[in-house]
Amino acid sequence: MSAPTIEAEGLVKTFGNTRALDGVDMVAREGTIFGLLGPNGAGKTTSIRVLSTLIKPDAGRAAIAGYDVVRQPAEVRRLIGLTGQYAAVDELLSGKENLYMIGRLLGFSRAQARARAAELLEAFDLSDAASKIAKTYSGGMRRRLDLAASLVGRPRFLFLDEPTTGLDPKSRLELWGMIRALVAEGTTVLLTTQYLEEADRLADELVVIDHGKVIAAGTPGELKTRIGGQVLQAQPADPTDLERTEKVLAEFADGEDPFRDDLLITVRIVDRAVLGQVVRRLDDEGIVVDDLSLRRPSLDEVFLTLTGHLAEDRVDDADDATTHERSTA
Amino acid sequence: MSAVAVTPAGRPNLISNTLTIARRNLLHIKANPELLVEMSIQPIMFLVLFVYVFGGAIADSSREYLQFALPGILVQAIAFTPFATALGLNVDFQRGLIDRFRSLPMSRSAVIGGRIAADGVRITWSVVLMTAVGMALGFRFQNGLAGAIGAFAVVIGFGLSLCWPMAFVGIVSRTTESVNTLGFLLILPLTFASSAFVRVETMPGWLQAFAEINPVTQVIDAVRGLMLGGPVAQPVLASVAWMVGIQAVFAPLAILRYRRRT
Repeated sequence: MSAPTIEAEGLVKTFGNTRALDGVDMVAREGTIFGLLGPNGAGKTTSIRVLSTLIKPDAGRAAIAGYDVVRQPAEVRRLIGLTGQYAAVDELLSGKENLYMIGRLLGFSRAQARARAAELLEAFDLSDAASKIAKTYSGGMRRRLDLAASLVGRPRFLFLDEPTTGLDPKSRLELWGMIRALVAEGTTVLLTTQYLEEADRLADELVVIDHGKVIAAGTPGELKTRIGGQVLQAQPADPTDLERTEKVLAEFADGEDPFRDDLLITVRIVDRAVLGQVVRRLDDEGIVVDDLSLRRPSLDEVFLTLTGHLAEDRVDDADDATTHERSTA
Repeated sequence: MSAVAVTPAGRPNLISNTLTIARRNLLHIKANPELLVEMSIQPIMFLVLFVYVFGGAIADSSREYLQFALPGILVQAIAFTPFATALGLNVDFQRGLIDRFRSLPMSRSAVIGGRIAADGVRITWSVVLMTAVGMALGFRFQNGLAGAIGAFAVVIGFGLSLCWPMAFVGIVSRTTESVNTLGFLLILPLTFASSAFVRVETMPGWLQAFAEINPVTQVIDAVRGLMLGGPVAQPVLASVAWMVGIQAVFAPLAILRYRRRT
């Protein structure tokens, strides 16, 4: 197992009255994809901004390959590439000019910068649009150009802030493939995402953050085990059946009470074979349902399980139900 | 896996980085022809409109007014050129480009430096173009080549020094709209309450007092003296003092706010 190469310890960052980071710890290993999973406002972007030397933490420390992000920012910047949340490309330059500019800023000669730009345009399937200004690019093309721009200097560490937000499913899959290819070549990737599925599919290890705190850490497998297998939801056609429906679902629940949101009742189950039994039981009770579904837990349910509140709830006393633990991998 | 850092080590090169950013800002003109209109047709339009609309009323003839007004209209047009610095920096912050530049091992001063260098090119272009059009309309230098060169130096120097307060405006403003509002509030009174279009003596007393200390008046008087003859030493010294003063105040302020803005 290789040495930890992105480390953060007790990071704190306050903006006004908001504690964006409230003691974040994380350890990512070289050549892996490390995921930062959390809802909007959880502190994901702030974490990335601290790690990529854009802002200084109020407390705590972070290091990339042993270089401290506050005391040795110049060394850190030589090792990293950053793709922010909004495609940071110059819309009034062509794809080629964007990449050429970055190469020149990195100290490449004109010829080197031109060659590197051509190489990346080819790799990211942008050769045909190389001379068109980026304003005319589609969302997916812009993201690819943005990613290419962060790779001009062949960074060992790549920070991706919600790289697939706003992309259509096809572009998202393409981007996942590109990220995996980079990691196969030895790049260490730290990415943030709001999507449980994305973290699950891409990350070797991840932390779940909420209100600036790490509330869970581990491999996606470990977290899924903790979160539980499946989510069963039912909505009775007749609102007066709510109590009885809840009782039926509770019979199949995995330890916890069903959660009711308006007319929709949600319960966590472990054994997916129970769906048939649930249908029969509801039928026996004479309950007609408008909606009955079995699915994998969404980020909301992950949060509900880990924190006792939904991801959107901006309550401030999230601490009582949280577990704060370090990576055990 | 033994990763090799390919990015060249050593200190980032301020000059090279500044030129790269300047080039990038000038390339915007290619993609955005409005910018070319703004820096070419707009000053010419101002010149032609002022000379032929007001010329007869303010002076006895358009030709006579052209001799008086060209230095003023030149300085007035140049005072607006640094808007590009304000808007450019503001948009770069909004679009996340500043984040990208800051995450690169490049010189941090190059982002503002390159912006101002690009505006230097735009300013020079506008000065040359307006002078050429002015001469085609009948403007004549009356103080020799040295005077003309001195006049250009003062105009361009003044335009460059205004880039700093405008950089400050671009950095402190959250939106493009507030850049426009703040920028106009700063530049418009300076250019109109000056000796650009009319003689200061024709203004009411309170405005005269402002117009006389107004840096734009000092610069215009210097340029007029250098182009047409007349008193030169006092307005040139006052202009240079203003340019140094403006930069001494706004360069540190702009750089400080640039560093602080996240």
